[in-house]
Amino acid sequence: MSKLKINNLSCQRGYNLLFENLSFELNSGEVLKISGPNGSGKTSLMKILAGLNSFEIGSIEYDNIKINSEKYNLDFLYLGHLAALSPELSCLENLKYTAHLGNNNLNLDFSDALTKVGLEKFENELVGKLSAGQKKRIALSLLFITQSKVWLLDEPFSALDSQAIKIIESRIEEHCNSGGLCILTTHQECSIENIKEISL
Amino acid sequence: MNIFILTLLRDLKMAFRNPSSFLNPLMFFVISISLFPIAISPEAQTLSSIAPGVIWVITMLSVLLSLNSLFHYDYDNGVLEQMIISHHSLPLILLGKTLAHWVLSGLPIIILSPFLGMALFINSEGIYILMLTLVIATPCLSLIGSIGASLVVGIKNSGMLLSLLILPLYIPILIFATSAVSQSQSNLPIDGQLYFLGFILILSLLITPFLSAVSLKISLE
Repeated sequence: MSKLKINNLSCQRGYNLLFENLSFELNSGEVLKISGPNGSGKTSLMKILAGLNSFEIGSIEYDNIKINSEKYNLDFLYLGHLAALSPELSCLENLKYTAHLGNNNLNLDFSDALTKVGLEKFENELVGKLSAGQKKRIALSLLFITQSKVWLLDEPFSALDSQAIKIIESRIEEHCNSGGLCILTTHQECSIENIKEISL
Repeated sequence: MNIFILTLLRDLKMAFRNPSSFLNPLMFFVISISLFPIAISPEAQTLSSIAPGVIWVITMLSVLLSLNSLFHYDYDNGVLEQMIISHHSLPLILLGKTLAHWVLSGLPIIILSPFLGMALFINSEGIYILMLTLVIATPCLSLIGSIGASLVVGIKNSGMLLSLLILPLYIPILIFATSAVSQSQSNLPIDGQLYFLGFILILSLLITPFLSAVSLKISLE
């Protein structure tokens, strides 16, 4: 049973105070949607939780594991605005490398993950030749192979069609039903059941 | 497979699929050196005396040309973020990237150097020492350069800034490498210079991956 607790978190970028005294708690099996207008600090919050950005005041508690430790980085999966794909590599090569960066288990079924997001015919296609939606699908295919418990998904549904959104939503539900946690930011409506919501 | 080897192979694969990224600095290296006999003098004595300096200065400039792309593409497409939050050691990943950079920029220069050395009338002993200094010191250029590349990674058109940051750190290498080649042409001992270059290589290998990792984290905040 994992628990993520954020206490009085404040974040400042330059002279702008993005948010202050932000507190919330998330337990195993829960999905949290963070909403707010553009520039309210949603991406900054995700990056802070992922360990990419620092924060001024407050604390992040996750199962007594220190932020940015090896175990913390293994347990957290962050998918940001950028798809983390190199145009010179094929879908499969990109997925293999990104998966290895975030996982210890090397016997993963990459082809199956690409099939699940509907890209089975594009395994060996160079990413540079694909559309924005297809690139997003490759990035999200990581959700089908990752072993991380906490998913941080920044705008996961942008550039996706309705069919792909359904696939990803059902994968998030499946992950949370098996004890995982998920925090996502989106401006779109979600059909995920029992979703918690906070606004920045 | 180890993340170091995976990163090395990935970067090499990417470079070979987009060869202009590493061929342009190499072309610059070959063309610039071959212009010196035309511009200065075709005389063997004049050329052989300036050759070590010419080859080494242009080696540095061509490595500097290719340094901008070391982290730039991975930063643009978001792979660098994933590298930073990976549970693997970031310095090890960066060492893999830096080794790939050396294979693509330093190694071809070492292979080409005897031919360009002969074109500039360096004697056989001088060519051997030139290659030896390049083998020891070109990895230092990539390693030290990786610190600068990681500091300017988020800045657009940062070529000039990168040169200003890195060139002063290259000066000791330039002094000792060129003096080794020049002195070997006059049959003087060069052990001191080679030991110093070896010391810089070991120091760079031990320190620069950690410094690059810290500066990358700062750059990406």
